[in-house]
Amino acid sequence: MPPPTEAEPVSPVLVVEGLDVSLSGRPVLREVSFAVRPGEFTGLIGANGAGKTTLLRTLLGLQRPTAGSVVWHGQARSRHARSVGYVPQKVVLDPDMPLRARDLVALGIDGHRFGVPLRSKQRMLAVDEMLHAVDAHDFADARVGSLSGGEQQRVLIAHALISRPSLLLLDEPLANLDLRSSQEVVALLGRVSSEQGVAVLLSAHEINPLLPVMGRVIYLGAGRAVSGATDEVIRADVLSALYRHHVDVINVHGRILVIAGQESGDDEAGHHVTLEAH
Amino acid sequence: MHWLTWIVEPGFFASQPVRIAAAVGGGAAVVSALVGVFTVVRGQSFAGHALTDVSTAGGSGAVLLGVHPLLGFVGFGVFGAGVMDAIGIRKVRGRDLATGIVLGASIGLAALILYLDTTVHATTGAAQQILFGSIFATTSSTIPLVVGFGSGALAILAVIYRPLLLHTVSGDIAAARGVPVRMVGLSFMVALAVAVGLSSLAIGAILSTALLVGPAATALRLTTRFGHALVLASVLGAASTWLGVLFAYDSYYWVSGHRGLPVSFFVVAIVFVGYLLSGIPARRRNGGRGGRPAPRPGDSPTVPWPRGGTDAPVVGVTKVTEREDVSKVAVG
Amino acid sequence: MVDAWLVSTIVAVIAGVVGFFVVLRGSAFPAHAIPNGAFAGAAAANAVGLNTLVGLAVLAVFAALGIGTLGRRGRRDVVTALALVMLLAIGALFLSQTTEYEPQIYSLLFGEVLGVSTNELAPVALLAVVCVLAVAVLWRPLVLSSVVPEIGEARGVRAHRIDMAFLTVLALATAMTVPVVGALLIFSLMIGPPAAARSFTDRPGITVVLSVGFALVTVWSAIALSYATNWPIGFFVGAFAALDYGIGRVWGSVRRARVTPHASAGAGNLVSGAGATTPFP
Repeated sequence: MPPPTEAEPVSPVLVVEGLDVSLSGRPVLREVSFAVRPGEFTGLIGANGAGKTTLLRTLLGLQRPTAGSVVWHGQARSRHARSVGYVPQKVVLDPDMPLRARDLVALGIDGHRFGVPLRSKQRMLAVDEMLHAVDAHDFADARVGSLSGGEQQRVLIAHALISRPSLLLLDEPLANLDLRSSQEVVALLGRVSSEQGVAVLLSAHEINPLLPVMGRVIYLGAGRAVSGATDEVIRADVLSALYRHHVDVINVHGRILVIAGQESGDDEAGHHVTLEAH
Repeated sequence: MHWLTWIVEPGFFASQPVRIAAAVGGGAAVVSALVGVFTVVRGQSFAGHALTDVSTAGGSGAVLLGVHPLLGFVGFGVFGAGVMDAIGIRKVRGRDLATGIVLGASIGLAALILYLDTTVHATTGAAQQILFGSIFATTSSTIPLVVGFGSGALAILAVIYRPLLLHTVSGDIAAARGVPVRMVGLSFMVALAVAVGLSSLAIGAILSTALLVGPAATALRLTTRFGHALVLASVLGAASTWLGVLFAYDSYYWVSGHRGLPVSFFVVAIVFVGYLLSGIPARRRNGGRGGRPAPRPGDSPTVPWPRGGTDAPVVGVTKVTEREDVSKVAVG
Repeated sequence: MVDAWLVSTIVAVIAGVVGFFVVLRGSAFPAHAIPNGAFAGAAAANAVGLNTLVGLAVLAVFAALGIGTLGRRGRRDVVTALALVMLLAIGALFLSQTTEYEPQIYSLLFGEVLGVSTNELAPVALLAVVCVLAVAVLWRPLVLSSVVPEIGEARGVRAHRIDMAFLTVLALATAMTVPVVGALLIFSLMIGPPAAARSFTDRPGITVVLSVGFALVTVWSAIALSYATNWPIGFFVGAFAALDYGIGRVWGSVRRARVTPHASAGAGNLVSGAGATTPFP
């Protein structure tokens, strides 16, 4: 088969169209549509409560949408096992659970299959390599429960990656990390998407840590979403249309501030909604 | 050999009831220990205990119906497990309350059935047998039942081992990988019910929690690998049971009047003391960080990404559950 | 016979009051374990020839303190489970040395309507008063440390001390209630009625009153039916406690369905003129 020409579009890993999701009868997301292609780094940005987790859970099949479709690799999700690696924000383990970091990564290979794991040299080598790649080899033999937030995050990423997924899905990976760990994780994920061709989709409520690596963004607001390339979406006119409220986007030395403007008319405090800038 | 007779009273190894007790008790202990390790790390100790009280009603019912108690223990236990799974409580505290209520209702039911046992059948000793066990009175025909049920429980554990482990780490990850979490959770509860039933037979329904939780918790404190914990728990469980049988046998000779002290008391005491003792070395080990060096300043790694490697499967189980909170298995 | 009603009323009041906190603190498991200490104490007292009530109280308190202390070193749930069965085993041990094995365990575990004899009414009433007073005195720190422990700590409420105090009150409560309702079932009485009460109101004071009310109805019905059918009182307590809980859950969901979901600060209302505090990224 001849190699694809430049004009041929790369087939997307994931296509979401017209997604509506309600929780306990309340509509949380409406008409969400976007696509994710191999090797893309997409940020799912929204304030707390905007519906990021709900959207991720719907993509994973943990939540039923009320309308719309989620299509993986060109096949509807329910029939075809998706090759997606999921990294939850953190895992809470029983304090007595004797599970080392490398055991957790090994579970990523075949943890979903029935039966008892067979120890094989191949398996252990693969685990070792992956641990090195995410720079987690130093604490490979430590209990997962005793790892710091950033360390655990890296182990979970290794766990998700070892099954060679086409999409890596992360739920607020930076939320509880300090600045340095946050930067390390972002750099690691950037390498994952650029060097391995793995699409990365992660949710966050702050956009600035991701700017160095994030090519595309899905911006959630007011229950709806707008998606596209970062500089196409993070614009005053686009976001104002999304929120149906005046929004300013200010660029300060490469950092972005998104500020809601005041409605016309008085308001007692007379203040703007400001964000926490890094 | 003089000192040995202090420990092992005459006739111990030749005694038929002792051999049966060792077989039944040992089998029950091993199955309970293995199931118990999962129970403890999943934080389901209370549910496990509740299931023992549920099976009390089953055992009493079996006596009333003239059926073998083990069938009653396991049968009603499995039914109870299904009910607890169906109630499906989400919040942790809500779960404890519901579990407690089921527990109380089962005990109340057991009380009624035991009462009916005495009035309808005029059987005495049913309460003692069901509640506290009478392993020396077990006949050898029980052994095939124990082997059968025990193997069944172990087979279930072997099959769901990996997805159960993954689910214990993160229910969401498991569900996302296509693990049928509901089925796995339910299967585990069935294995738990069988384990509880076997222990109830050995040391009595309301004491069987000791064999479920004790050796497992002790082993978890002392090991660093999950597989090791499983092995150690089994060893501890079997040893505790056999020692209990030994002491109970010996106690016939210690206590004047040849009354003897109950096996179940010794087993529970040994398990309890064992757990307390394991706290000493466990506290010396500081939090199990596993000898890792201090974290380096993060410089970007130069190790290339893995190439090739395992034939990592990309296709998993396709069934996806549809409940909103699919990651939360009812009693877990 | 009058005494049976009197005692059961006291039992219901105590169960309702203490049970409120058991439910609030999520102490279902310890509440289940401590009565077994009472059981062991009664069995031991019986075997040794001591007053049963003394045995009940002493060992229940011992069990409570033991669970409280050990629970800090090991894991709470495992320690509670093991302590629970250990106490039962000790009780079984003492009972096995007496000749009245079966009826004894029966009444201690499953309760007996005439479980408290006349000349014990006074000490039981006294214990009840002590318990209620203790709860009244500890009310505020207890509520605070149960609901939001961190705020309690900030205000100088030492969580551990409160925990121990509460467990002790729980132990005393079980000591007087176990002879009537049974060691294995007093716990149902302490969680069913309060769980029901909680679904009717959110105010703590009223919840306690309702909790006592439910407990009274439960115990009185159980006694009446036990007299009528000669069936063990424990069966009725367990069943009615489950009924209480069921009512609570049904009413709870009815109440929740009634409340109209207001637009939250979630998807809909990120930007509002009167000072939305949700930060933008």
